[in-house]
Amino acid sequence: MANTESTFRNMVLSLTLIALVSSALLGFVYEVTKEPIALSNLNKKLDAIRQVVPEFDNNPNDEMFLLPTGEGDSLEVYPAKKDDMIIGYAINTYTNMGFSGNIKLMAGFKPDGSIFNITVLEHKETPGLGTKMTDPGFKDQFIEKNPAEFELRVKKDGGPVDAITAATISSRAFCDAVQRAYNTLQKGEIK
Amino acid sequence: MEYILIIISALLVNNIVLAQFLGVCPFLGVSTKVSTSLGMAAAVTFVIVLATIATYLIQVYVLDKLGIGFMQTITFILVIAALVQMVEIVLKKVSQPLYQALGIFLPLITTNCAVLGVAILVIKKDYNLLEGVVFSASTALGFGLALIILAGIREQFELVDIPKGMRGVPISLITAGILALAFMGFTGIV
Amino acid sequence: MNQFQNFTKGLLKENPILVMVLGTCPTLATTSSSLNGLGMGLATTFVLIGSNVAISMLSKFIPDKVRIPAYIVVIASFVTVVDLVMQAYVPDLYNTLGIFIPLIVVNCIVLGRAEAFASKNTVWSSFIDGFGMGLGFTLALGVLGAFREMLGSGSIFGYKFLPGDGILVFILAPGAFIALGYMIALVNKIKQK
Repeated sequence: MANTESTFRNMVLSLTLIALVSSALLGFVYEVTKEPIALSNLNKKLDAIRQVVPEFDNNPNDEMFLLPTGEGDSLEVYPAKKDDMIIGYAINTYTNMGFSGNIKLMAGFKPDGSIFNITVLEHKETPGLGTKMTDPGFKDQFIEKNPAEFELRVKKDGGPVDAITAATISSRAFCDAVQRAYNTLQKGEIK
Repeated sequence: MEYILIIISALLVNNIVLAQFLGVCPFLGVSTKVSTSLGMAAAVTFVIVLATIATYLIQVYVLDKLGIGFMQTITFILVIAALVQMVEIVLKKVSQPLYQALGIFLPLITTNCAVLGVAILVIKKDYNLLEGVVFSASTALGFGLALIILAGIREQFELVDIPKGMRGVPISLITAGILALAFMGFTGIV
Repeated sequence: MNQFQNFTKGLLKENPILVMVLGTCPTLATTSSSLNGLGMGLATTFVLIGSNVAISMLSKFIPDKVRIPAYIVVIASFVTVVDLVMQAYVPDLYNTLGIFIPLIVVNCIVLGRAEAFASKNTVWSSFIDGFGMGLGFTLALGVLGAFREMLGSGSIFGYKFLPGDGILVFILAPGAFIALGYMIALVNKIKQK
């Protein structure tokens, strides 16, 4: 029941009005939700960091720094400290070699370069196959391993990593992400 | 090499309809005959590629520049709607026979989730413009492929006795499921 | 029809997905688990109610020729609101539903009800219509999601009752098509009686 005539003036007026009101409403909602969104993102990050480095008493997010990967971009490194001493680094790493897209990991290293733990942040891998990379059954094999001696390659490629059955690509991608984190950390030569 | 990966992935491995569930409504609605499917596939390919270019430019030069990323949904869908209108008008003037062939499908394409979906995916996947175009074209071809295959099968349904409750949408969906199963076999390629 | 009929038609007789077969894309994509399906349904219901009410209020003032773009802007606004609110307060669900939240804007149910009902009825009727349709959609998604989750993951609403994996295909793409196909066939059968 459009009682307004479809004159040019009316059409322009009504569309402009609707556009303006919508934009204003959205701008308002955006402002209101900006903080909660940032907060929930931060908490997610802190949770992930907590899982991959030993217990810390600083705020790794405040002390975050970037390290170049050598591939043209950089990774976020979150130092974990206890009593002002570095006890680990959590690195937000990624791989583009995932089966269904990017995989993001938070990899935690001890100062000596060995892996403390890894947690998967984001992935779109196949349920029942690639998703198994989040299972301790797969992930735990990396704990305490030092990439300097423990080659991050799946058995199929000659390395020691036990890939997920029927999900070699996801497993390879996982290794790629961890390798990237390790390389970046080493390049940064942090002690 | 990268481009071949994008093409094969979009066309077969992560087929937009059979694996990503975008474009299912027209997929079910138009696949009754192979001839109409061809028309729809052509129209969709045309619109998707143009829409990807337009939305990409808007994202980079307007939304990102002004930091109003949250306006993405509104601006993208308006761009697509406007584009479809323009394509219809241009087609009518430039090529009557082509307009006759594609004309009825064009308005439907605005609500085809594949178009908006691809536009958003290109941004999410961080493709540059060229990669985005390759991706959208391959995706559209994947849509066409799935559509034509299903249409071919559905044309055969006319010759078979299907239980009453299954006729029409249900049997098409189950067939699509089997197609999706078959396409999963392509995952071994990449 | 009275408001009770207006409300219940969306539940079975004119169920948007099981009878009118609208909104198939999000249905197939988000029902790999019952909670995801319900989440999607609720988000869509919010947009549906909001846009129905807004469009019903504005329909008198929108010239006929520009009604579709106008409706789209209204719907897209509500979708963006849902998107931002979900991102802020239920980030896990938001990440799981992913691209399908902005895609609510092209969910044929929303534009369809706006065009077919809200533009021609009172605000209250449009509210009820949106609520009923949204609820019918949500219920269908919940049932489909539960079905797929039980068979595919051996769990229901996140509670695993089977050790290990179920029949995986049900939480993958083919299973979605097949499960929905059977559901619609079932509804057809019931309607024929």
